[in-house]
Amino acid sequence: MSIDRRKFLGVAAGASALVLAGKASVDALASGSQPKQGGSLANTRWAMVIDPAKCLKDKGCTACIAACDKVHNIPDFKNPKHVVKWIWKEPFKDAFPEQEDEYTIEQYKDKPFILMCNHCNNPPCVRVCPTQATFRREDGIVMMDWHRCIGCRYCMAACPYGSRSFNWLDPRPHIAHLDPDFPTRTKGVVEKCTFCEERLARGEGPACVEACEAKAMVFGNLDDPDSEVRQLLKARFSIRRNPELGTQPEVYYLV
Amino acid sequence: MRDKGLIFAGLVFFLVLITFPVWYDLAAGTTSKGPDPKLPTAEKDCVAPLEYMRTSHMDLLLSWRDQVVRQDRLTYKAFDGKTYDMRLTGTCLKCHTNKEEFCDRCHTYAGVAPYCWECHIDPALAQRSRG
Amino acid sequence: MFMLEKAVVGSRRYWIWVGCLLAVILAGFLCYLLQLQVGLGITGMSRDVSWGLYIAQFTFFVGVAASAVMVVLPYYLHNYKAFGKITILGEFLAVSAVTMCMLFIFVDMGQPMRVLNVILHPTPHSMMFWDMVSLSGYLFLNALISYVMLESEREGVAPPHWIKPIILLSIPWAVSIHTVTAFLYNGLPGRAFWLTAILAPRFLASAFAAGPSLLILLAMVIRKLTKFDAGSEAIQKLALIVTYAMLINVFFVLMEVFTSLYSNIPADASHLKFLFVGLDGNTELVPWMWTSVTFALLSLVLLIVPRYRKNEKLLAFTCVIVFLSLWIDKGIGLIIGGFVPSPLETVTSYVPTLPEITIVASIWAIGMLMITVFYKIALSVRHQLG
Repeated sequence: MSIDRRKFLGVAAGASALVLAGKASVDALASGSQPKQGGSLANTRWAMVIDPAKCLKDKGCTACIAACDKVHNIPDFKNPKHVVKWIWKEPFKDAFPEQEDEYTIEQYKDKPFILMCNHCNNPPCVRVCPTQATFRREDGIVMMDWHRCIGCRYCMAACPYGSRSFNWLDPRPHIAHLDPDFPTRTKGVVEKCTFCEERLARGEGPACVEACEAKAMVFGNLDDPDSEVRQLLKARFSIRRNPELGTQPEVYYLV
Repeated sequence: MRDKGLIFAGLVFFLVLITFPVWYDLAAGTTSKGPDPKLPTAEKDCVAPLEYMRTSHMDLLLSWRDQVVRQDRLTYKAFDGKTYDMRLTGTCLKCHTNKEEFCDRCHTYAGVAPYCWECHIDPALAQRSRG
Repeated sequence: MFMLEKAVVGSRRYWIWVGCLLAVILAGFLCYLLQLQVGLGITGMSRDVSWGLYIAQFTFFVGVAASAVMVVLPYYLHNYKAFGKITILGEFLAVSAVTMCMLFIFVDMGQPMRVLNVILHPTPHSMMFWDMVSLSGYLFLNALISYVMLESEREGVAPPHWIKPIILLSIPWAVSIHTVTAFLYNGLPGRAFWLTAILAPRFLASAFAAGPSLLILLAMVIRKLTKFDAGSEAIQKLALIVTYAMLINVFFVLMEVFTSLYSNIPADASHLKFLFVGLDGNTELVPWMWTSVTFALLSLVLLIVPRYRKNEKLLAFTCVIVFLSLWIDKGIGLIIGGFVPSPLETVTSYVPTLPEITIVASIWAIGMLMITVFYKIALSVRHQLG
């Protein structure tokens, strides 16, 4: 079979274009969890380590939840269908449904666990957001841009942990005390825990961690080998919620 | 010209409608003098020159918004070298403490209703909710 | 220019029908204004069931829109002449259905004024971005095709040669719109009910049963009201398409049921339990799902037996129950069932509220109004030609 130079060049060009287009589309589809540029956030990977044993000592304590609610102007909707919560308690069997077992450690079986957004390293919510209103920062925090959110709630469908809340109504009338240092949100946008990124920018720690009297929550930088979170994870076994889904959550529970 | 009356009435109605902006102000006693925002007394300089702020404060705010939320930046170096946090309530409203007497004056005159206030808090409002 | 003048002359019956539709549209519009004012809290959706009737209806009608390919493909690709009269009806049905889909999405947005952010900040890794692209493209394609073909018919000339490749493009595009819609659901790791490779094929199979059923019913209604007759060969061929599509769809559903129940993984099986038996005392959807199953099985009997399928009166009944069965399965069961139980195993009830139902009804009415106007134009054009 003979082939002239023109035909050969044409086939080569066509094949290269196809390969490049294929690579580009695979990249585009996978780029959901790539961190955004900018900021001096390299070499930081924020994580939270929670020790449920310490937390449960003071049963009924909700200091972390109250602190978050106050500092972020979380509205209090009486209708449970409309509840907005960034940090909350859930019984062990619901926080870790795949661990359901009748012989689960007595210590934890019916006790509440503190849950919040896991700030996954491979977040499905970021992958699905059509406007990049939720995006993963270089330092690992999965951020919310409430100016861009169109309220499609696709991220709520994608989150395997139930971490996200939607403002079904105007939140302002349902906020007891407005803290002017942090904006409220408006109806029609999704919100969730942001690891107190506004406090981190000021050099403070997350409000829940600082409010916990039992010191059950430790927040720190996983990329720093000397950080307390690294030491804790080295010393003790920990579990994360639904790790088999590949989301790589950054909230660890010491057991 | 059977419909002379109807046409004439229609023309008068149209003229009344089209000159509405002129005679309404005169009749209501309001003048079109222009907005009169009350300037703050604490500081003399804003984060940018006056003329720029007059024409483009929205551009500045949008740029601040994207820098703070999407690029995790906090500090802004003003034209006179001073640094400020890029915050609406925390910086702008620290000097312009009375939103109604400053911001709203021009906004109402120009007929714009920026939705920033749906989320960003006016400290005077927060005061009322606390007290 | 769009031959709209043909839609504003009509009999008393025509205007009463249009008037009823406009009344429903007005009621829905007023409810939507309420929703804009108060927020999506006026619907029955909740933190756990964050998508409801709006998105469920969108999912179903994307299928109806895609089903136009079932008349376009045989006629334009394989020269099946019997579909000659009916293709324009299929294309107009597609335009109306896609518009309904876009309206369902729009009314579901929490911040609809920001919807252009999807275009201003294109996000190729989000399936919702591609959904917008494919739906908009499909709407444009079908609107262009319908207009050009009808205009050519009116002028009595052959259609321009460049419309043929556009018509051929609409065939894979139709498959793509429903595949992308399935991708919205079946790429989510936390929703076991939707995380299945067969979701897109299942969507297509049910679409190719529901859409042609609706087309058959529309053809029968038009035959009663006007001089237009699609021809019994076309109707019978469509019925055969519905038969095979319904068979494949039921087979796919049974595959899903087997996988969930035999593997007995709680996360998978619990959704089926909620839908067909009830969970934690919540049995809201159980009667709906069993109605859907009964209709589906009955319709299979009425479709497979040739004597029943060829009886056009019976076929009309069959098409109604096919449409209803699939509307329940896709338009209610699939979406709500995906959210209940939640990933934390909570069971939350979802009951659409009256304003929500009114808004949904008004979007149906808009779709029906579009079909009415389009078909009136198309049939008037054909009357003119004798």
